[in-house]
Parts: sequence; C-alpha cells; structure tokens
Amino acid sequence: MTRITMREAISQAMWEEMERDPDVFILGEEVGVWGGSYAVTKGFYDHFGEKRVRDTPISESTIVGAAIGSALTGLRPIAEIMTINFAFSAMDHIVNQAAKLHYMFGGQLILPLVIRTVGGGGRQLGATHSQTPDAIFAHFPGLKVVAPGTPEDAKGLLKSAIRSNDPIFFIEHATLYQTRAEVPDGDYITPIGKSKVHREGRDVTIVTYSKMLETSSKAAEQLSGMGIEAEIIDLRTLRPLDMEPVLESFRKTNRAVIVEEGWRSYGVGAEVTARIYEEAFDYVDAPIQRVAQKEVPLPYNRTLEQLALPQVEDVVQAVKEVL
Amino acid sequence: MKKEEYLDLYYQMVLIRRVEEAAIPLYQEGKIGGFLHLYIGQEAVSTGLISARLPQDRVITAYRDHGVAINCGVSADLVMAELLGKATGISKGKGGSMHMADVEKNFWGGHAIVGAHLPIAAGLALGDQYQETDGVTICMFGDGATNIGYFHEALNLSKVWNLPVLWVCENNQYGMGTAVDRASAVSDIRQKAEGYCIPNEVVDGMNIMKVRQAAERILAEIRAGKGPYFLEIETYRFQGHSMGDPERYRKQDEVKQWEENDPIGIFRHYLTSEKIASAAELDQLDQKAADEVKAAIQFAENSPEPAPEELFTNIYVDN
Repeated sequence: MTRITMREAISQAMWEEMERDPDVFILGEEVGVWGGSYAVTKGFYDHFGEKRVRDTPISESTIVGAAIGSALTGLRPIAEIMTINFAFSAMDHIVNQAAKLHYMFGGQLILPLVIRTVGGGGRQLGATHSQTPDAIFAHFPGLKVVAPGTPEDAKGLLKSAIRSNDPIFFIEHATLYQTRAEVPDGDYITPIGKSKVHREGRDVTIVTYSKMLETSSKAAEQLSGMGIEAEIIDLRTLRPLDMEPVLESFRKTNRAVIVEEGWRSYGVGAEVTARIYEEAFDYVDAPIQRVAQKEVPLPYNRTLEQLALPQVEDVVQAVKEVL
Repeated sequence: MKKEEYLDLYYQMVLIRRVEEAAIPLYQEGKIGGFLHLYIGQEAVSTGLISARLPQDRVITAYRDHGVAINCGVSADLVMAELLGKATGISKGKGGSMHMADVEKNFWGGHAIVGAHLPIAAGLALGDQYQETDGVTICMFGDGATNIGYFHEALNLSKVWNLPVLWVCENNQYGMGTAVDRASAVSDIRQKAEGYCIPNEVVDGMNIMKVRQAAERILAEIRAGKGPYFLEIETYRFQGHSMGDPERYRKQDEVKQWEENDPIGIFRHYLTSEKIASAAELDQLDQKAADEVKAAIQFAENSPEPAPEELFTNIYVDN
C-alpha cells in the first residue's frame, strides 16, 4: 500500500491505462499544455504527446460529441469537462446521445467512453460554479454514473471505467483532491455498480458517497464517542444503484440517514429512501432522515455557503433524530 | 462510369422514391408510428454523394434518413421493417424512421436532434485520423442545422484538428417551415464555412451527375490529408417537413416549379439523351423497384414484433 492523494490516484489510473492501451486518449479544455485545470493531467502532454492529450476549444458539446464519435470507431476516449457546471452545456450529448445510442440502434453502436468531471461546493465560487447535480445525470438509463469518495476507489473505479464498453459519467469532488489515503500497489480495478460498507456499526445506517463520505465519517467518529456506532455505506456508483449492502445494513440497524451534498428535492436521498421503504418496510423503526444542501443557489459568502452545505453536525443531529 | 453503374444509381433513386411513396399510406393506416420525414425530391443528393465513397468512408446523417440508409446498402426490407417497428428492422424496431443505422455498412445513423450529430461526426473523423486510416466521414444535415451551436463548434474543431470530414449541407430551403433567409443572418450558407476557413462550394442537388462529380473530387482531396470541406447542396423536398405538415409557408407554384426539376426525371433524361440507356431499360428498372418495394412491405408485415424481453436488452454492453 502507498499513501497518495485523490488527485494522484486519478492521475495514476489514467497514466497506467494509457501506458497499457494505445487506444486510450484524453481530450478536454486545458488538459494538455496547461496540465489540467485541477492539475490531474500534469505531465501527460510531455509524456504522451499532443495526439493522445488533446487540448480542445471551449466547446463542451463537441468535446463530448467528438468523444462519442471516436469511441464509436473503437477508441477509448476520456473526455474531461472542466467542471460539472459546464456539463449542462453538453447535456444533449451526455444524456440524449451517449446514454441512448447503444439502445436506439438495436445494440449496434458501442461507446467505450468516460466523461470525467468535477463537482461540489465549498470553495466560494458562487452559484454557477458550485453545484452537486449528480442525481440529474443518474436519472438517465444508458449512462453509468460513478462518484468515488476515497483515493483507492477513485483509482480502481476510473480504471474500470476506462476498460468498460459503456458510457461512464465519472464525478470527482473538487475539495477531495488533496485527501490522502492508502491505495493498493500495482494494477487493480474496482467494479462499477457495487456499493460498499465503508465503516461497520450496529446502531444506524448512514448511506452516502463522494465528499459526504468524509463528512459522514467525521460524524461517525463523534457519534462513536457518544456510544453510537454508525455503519456507513458508500454508494460509489449512482447508476446502476446497488442497494444490496444498504438493505443488508438496514435490516440490521432498522434506522437510516442518507447524506448527500446536492439538493434534497428529487435527490439521491429521495431515491435511496424510497427504495428502503419499498424493499425493507418491515424493518423500519424510525422515519428515515435525509441530510442535504439547503434549497438555494449556493452563495459566495463563506458563512452563507457553509450554512447551505451539509455539515458534520447536521449528520450527527439527523442520526440522533432516528435513534 | 460503366453503364451498370449509371443504371445502379438510377435504380437506387427510384427505389428510395418508391419506398417512401409506399410509406405514406402505411403511415395513414397507422402501421408506421411516430414521425415520418420523407426524402422525396432529394434523392440525387445522397445517391450521388454516397456512390462516390469508398468502403472505409463513414456516413452519418440527420432524421431524414431512409434514402441514405438505402444508398449505404441497407435493403428495402430492413428499412420497411424498421418503419413498421418489427424485430427484423435495421435497428430491431427500437429506432424507427429517424434512427436507422448499419454499422457493417459504415452507416452511423440517422440522428434526430438537429445538429447534434455534427460533433459526433467530428469524432468519427478523429477516430480515422488517430488510427491513421484513409477513411473520410461524410456528414449530412439540413440548412436548419447551420443555426445551432453544435454546427459551429464542430466545424471549428474540424478545422483546428484538420479532420477528414466532408460537411454536407442539404439546403432544401426550409428548416421545418421557416425559410432560410428568415432564420439565418447569412442566407448564403457556405459563407458560414468560409468563416472557419473551410474550403467550400455550392452544387446543384437536383442533378446527380454534378453531385457525384463534386463528391469524387472532394473526397479524394480530403483523403489526401487536406482537412475538412464544406459542400452546400441546393435541393428541395417535394413533400412537407413530415407527415401532416399543412405547408402554409410555401406556395404551390414554388413546389410545382421545383417538381419540374425532379432529380429522377433529370437523370432519366440525361441517360436517354446521352444514349447510356433506353427508355425501355429504365422502365424495367422502375418495375423492378416497384416489385422490390412490394416484397419489402410483405417482408415487414410478416415479420414478428420485438419480443417483450427486448425492452431490457442493449441498455448496457457490460452488465
């Protein structure tokens, strides 16, 4: 095991896959000469050259569209959309093209495609640059949506995504890039579409993913000090959603809190809560609680922004509610 | 061209015309659902273009795609079966009129979001450039598509990356019911390509020989590495935008004037006056096309509906 940052984990995944397979290439804004606006592709341009590390114009639709087209020819593009907020400019190509072409032509068209992007609030970037709209993308059948919360998963899941034959929307979190943790040495992959028990506990089930895994883990530590042992399930993939570990945990604890950074309405928490009620109603001992972002466009002011984002205390409070 | 090739082009045009004429009553009877956009009047465009391609050249188009599918080598049977939504259809009954593709024939689809397939076409061309093949991507779209952002992004990228792509604007004078000069600040559409330093020209799309000759020359240039090229092809659809179009936006005189320029009639006249084929030979081909369409309808009608299990296939490749 080696201790590396999330940024290094994602970077290593792409580097190793590009070394392994000449059909893998990167395209996006500032991925090449600049080295990536979050420095994830630093050094790639010099090592792999401009053919495989392609700077594009500021044309999000065409970044994704060109990735789709080249994937159809058998290449394995990794399209970087600088932030998830800009993915809205490419919405048609993500949800109307990438998600549908395989099905709509009776399985003839195959798109081994990864769209990497960065979401999340907390950096005082204002409402248009701070969103966590992951649930929107998870709404569409045909797309797979992955959002890792640890360096180990980020590396393993991204390698899986690059080797996959389906279009994958891979959401990183801007404030996790510096998070450091141990990852296995050498080549390994983590399967897409599998949730995971991140922390074992007997009293309550916390279901979460991405940045909120960190927030929930801190909450679990505090709760542990109070004698409450929370079990944390990391969804890791939002579509297809693997509910098995969630349900298994819930049948044990009978209480759940769903924690997401995005807005509460129509969100990941709404989906997971509904599924628990549908599939494990007999095990419910308390109304399931949701922790999510306040229903406002995220403000610039630091205090206001933090008020809107889910905090450790919010998770602790929600757990107390269900106990 | 050899005589057989001329006759084959003529046959393809007539076959497209007959398939679509046959589709009209099938739509009215409710056997064809959804939308039905007919290519009648525009047959010389795709027949001329696609006949000039090599097998490694990819074709991608918009939703007016039945004719393009046939030109790419999809049989009338499979087109008709798709129109009827049958399991034997070229897209297994999952795509319908607007979404036909045949990857084995290098036909990458009918795409129904206006302009959205242009960035995809740039990607297909990127694939060939990256893999160092000499394939060219032929991307067809209507005049209406030149007003959406995808068009501008894709043309720009194709020039920046010197992609082997032939952009083909089928200017049929109307984007749905809005005339070109009512929707586009630049009604001379090829000037938009000029704006991206992409070489361009205008060709008469009612004359298949002109389309064919231009396409042969231009495809060779792109194949030689000269980058993207923009072809504006002047044409006209004799039918409405889709079935049920009240056609309030154009006068019957205008339609009549264009119909006198029927691309099939023009080609027929060319073949007989140049003594390439006799009227009797061409009549025989007309009959052959009518027979093929009759058989195609029978094939489609007798084909099974997709099985209910098909609902859940082809969502993902890796399950």
